[in-house]
Amino acid sequence: MSIKVKSAGLATSVQDLGRPGYYNLGIPLSGGMDRFSLRVANMLVGNDEGAAVLETVFLGPELEFNQDAVVAVTGADLPPKIDGELQTSWTSLTVKAGQTLSFDFLKAGARAYIAVSGGIDVPLALGSRSTYTLGALGGFEGRNLAEGDVLPVGQSNANSEAGKFVPADLRRLPGNPAELRMLPDIYWHRLTEKSQQQFLDDTWKVAPEADRIGYRFRGGKPMEFVEREQPFGAGSDPSNIVDSCYPYGSIQIPGGTEPIVLHRDAVSGGGYFMAGTVISADMDLIGQLQPNTDVRFIAVDMQTALAARHERQELLSKVRTSLD
Amino acid sequence: MKTRYSFGGDEHIFVEVAEEMSLEAFFKSLFMTNAVQDRNIDGVTEICPANASFQIKYNPDIISPDEMLATLKKIEDEAEHAERKIETRIIEIPVFYEDPWTHETLMRFRERHQDPSGTDLDYAARINGYDSVAKFIEAHHSAPWFVSMVGFVSGLPFMYQMVERERQIEVPKYLSPRTDTPKLTVGYGGCFSCIYSVRGAGGYQMFGVTPMPIYDPNQEISYLKDFLVFFKPGDIVKFRPVDRAEHDQIAADAEAGKFQPHIKSVSFSLDEFNNDINAYNAKLMEALNVN
Repeated sequence: MSIKVKSAGLATSVQDLGRPGYYNLGIPLSGGMDRFSLRVANMLVGNDEGAAVLETVFLGPELEFNQDAVVAVTGADLPPKIDGELQTSWTSLTVKAGQTLSFDFLKAGARAYIAVSGGIDVPLALGSRSTYTLGALGGFEGRNLAEGDVLPVGQSNANSEAGKFVPADLRRLPGNPAELRMLPDIYWHRLTEKSQQQFLDDTWKVAPEADRIGYRFRGGKPMEFVEREQPFGAGSDPSNIVDSCYPYGSIQIPGGTEPIVLHRDAVSGGGYFMAGTVISADMDLIGQLQPNTDVRFIAVDMQTALAARHERQELLSKVRTSLD
Repeated sequence: MKTRYSFGGDEHIFVEVAEEMSLEAFFKSLFMTNAVQDRNIDGVTEICPANASFQIKYNPDIISPDEMLATLKKIEDEAEHAERKIETRIIEIPVFYEDPWTHETLMRFRERHQDPSGTDLDYAARINGYDSVAKFIEAHHSAPWFVSMVGFVSGLPFMYQMVERERQIEVPKYLSPRTDTPKLTVGYGGCFSCIYSVRGAGGYQMFGVTPMPIYDPNQEISYLKDFLVFFKPGDIVKFRPVDRAEHDQIAADAEAGKFQPHIKSVSFSLDEFNNDINAYNAKLMEALNVN
């Protein structure tokens, strides 16, 4: 079976759980920015949790199905419609052959995940179906969807049925202000103590430059650096380092002004110091931040980071149990 | 050199071998990442060597952060005694310096440059004390380069020139990054040369272009059929200047599947290199040019 793209939305791409193992060559993980919602969308339609889905941001696509299918929409509050009729999110729905799945206006969050029973069946590239647009790799022809594309859909398994539902207390969207927990380390010591405290005290706003590569924040005070003679090869600005790798979630502050948190399509390295790294448990939340949202960075230690990671896994098991 | 370990959230360990760039730091980073690779450690998902640092991504549900850290420290002890020698390859990369495409682009972004009155090459030659662009270009291609990191995006090589510290070229990046860089631009920032594998944003000064593709997601280019990325850390590169006609010929041949890069296998010993850099580089050139 296949799905015809009648309109593509703002930036809709095929994503799964990503492509580990090639970051050393500048090919990032990619995959859903909100992995929790991606997994749950797949569970709802009876797919493997890592099957390929569509990730859509702010403005949904219009998709015409040529066969009956079970679909589910999770993540941002972007209400789905079937042939114009409003449906519920976080619920498995039947779409009949010839019907069109479209979306109402975004109510909360930023990215919705559209799972189809059988999964989006584009070819594997380095073991994943995720789209990495900068490298024109994977997904549908290495790019975001465009009007007129026809997406292949895999064979659905026997577990697909409409009417499954994930209750609201098992979902997670960022609060307002959103809180991103981070582990201060890597080059945190480059900032003066006063500046470290200021960074954590300030309320930042998501800038318009926020995409799958990274999220930029503005509105806080400029950083103050501990004075030093710049090391050979680092470049002259105090925010420069000898080009190094960048962890996923790392917070770089070019020129000491606007922090950028790298996400699933991260550039793998570069020459800016990093103040620390957003913990794995809060990476999904970043994918749901709209521009202009207030954000606070909360410093935590490793123990807290691991406990938060464990909590996220618990939440996922609760969803699994509730759908069994 | 004092190795500094730090945690990149709960999934990465970031290891700074040295604050400043040197081949010693790069070799230690390469040796340690190779050792991590060889140990096949359960839970390790990404092993990324960089110029003077490296990064390991791991799953803390499988190997705890403390255990990961202890493993790396043990590997560092071994690195202290390792022979600083690698088996690698030397590759000749054709470069069309002062090409029309980077020229058009650098003119378009002149207001973001330190010196809007000249070109990137004029500026780089001047601040590095060369009295002409021609002499600067010669310095850029006459001594070979180590690929000391692959990354940023899609197989982009960072290269460090194999000359004494006094002869190293240093240039700042653009004041604010460009939104466009031609594909296969040979660029320069800090003490590193690079080749932009794909068209896109960039902050390095632009010196020329190579006609030789280095990244092919469709794996159609003859020498990228086995793997889509050409470079790996530890490769040695020698630039060879070409004119417009040869550039166009190589680009057409590459497109038609007829171009084969000029590559030879070589051993490299850091200690022998440090003993007599010029003589060692001459030997590398012989190895490249022998038929």
